[in-house]
Amino acid sequence: MNRKTLAAAFPVTVPVLMGYLAIGMAFGLMLQSAGYGVGWALLMSLTIYAGSGQYLGVSLLAAGAPLGQVAFLTLMINFRHLVYGLSMLEKFRGMGPRKLYMIFSLTDETYALLSSARPPAGIAPHNFYFTVAMLDHSYWILGSVLGSLLGSALGVDTTGVDFAMTALFLVIAVGQWKKAGSHLPALLGAGITLVSLLLVGQEEMLLPALALIVIALTLLRPRLEGREEEPGPGKREEEPQCR
Amino acid sequence: MPLTPVESLLSIAVMAGVTFLTRALPFLLFDRGEKPPRVVLYLGRVLPPAIIAMLIVYCVRGVTFAAPAGWVPTLLAGLAAVLLHLWKGNDLISIFGATGLYMVLVQGVFG
Repeated sequence: MNRKTLAAAFPVTVPVLMGYLAIGMAFGLMLQSAGYGVGWALLMSLTIYAGSGQYLGVSLLAAGAPLGQVAFLTLMINFRHLVYGLSMLEKFRGMGPRKLYMIFSLTDETYALLSSARPPAGIAPHNFYFTVAMLDHSYWILGSVLGSLLGSALGVDTTGVDFAMTALFLVIAVGQWKKAGSHLPALLGAGITLVSLLLVGQEEMLLPALALIVIALTLLRPRLEGREEEPGPGKREEEPQCR
Repeated sequence: MPLTPVESLLSIAVMAGVTFLTRALPFLLFDRGEKPPRVVLYLGRVLPPAIIAMLIVYCVRGVTFAAPAGWVPTLLAGLAAVLLHLWKGNDLISIFGATGLYMVLVQGVFG
């Protein structure tokens, strides 16, 4: 990573810097209030590196969820990455060992930057992408460590800070609702989960809900396939700032 | 902390491994030019809104209706998140505004 590439990449990442510091700090605070200190925040942000995934991770750790449930929920909440990877196949080709890191660090925000930002003339595109990815990751780690330290140092009453997770998901849902061709998937997801909560209860509600959602959406494919347009360039441009 | 440190480490390792797997899967399966099956692309589009809706219900699963303190803070803060987001369209304002309101409600007003 040379200075010229850094100077070109940094301005592009400033919005992510603001977002990741804030969302990362909320994560650190939440983790702290669940009884996990700064070392855990550092470890999770270094190795997992996923906004909504780590928010969910806090509640899974706090609930002592079994590993199978942890694996399945992490898989589901990260399902959208499948779509991201598909559109980065060309961009990452020929990056050698750095490609592994590019794949690891393909968060919503880095995806948004990489799909829109163009490397300036004179900067090797692959170095530019790699630098953007590393900067974003470092902001996320910094934010979560700061949040964790702040939570323990200030000794503030953090009761209720876990609502940040609900708020984050609501914000994502509003963004998806505005872009969606059909609102049926979102309504179906909420409805099925509510029924599962009432029938199965708080502890075991998620797995039956997930299974039913996948089955229902697969059955509805003939009906939904036409209405959910392929996400063209126009639909992609308004990427959510943070997830 | 219901988990031991070793159990916590295992959970985090599973989260990290599965997260990497979801990011790597397209590269493992389709990097040689094969077209992904249409049903995968379809689920990739319709599943995320359904999953997020599911997680919102999961987040508010602890709501009770015996006393106002059991549901009013969640309702007001949830409304605040949605309305702030429709109004300003800024993720940070929506998330921190709603969370701040919720903390004031559960600690002060209904505390």
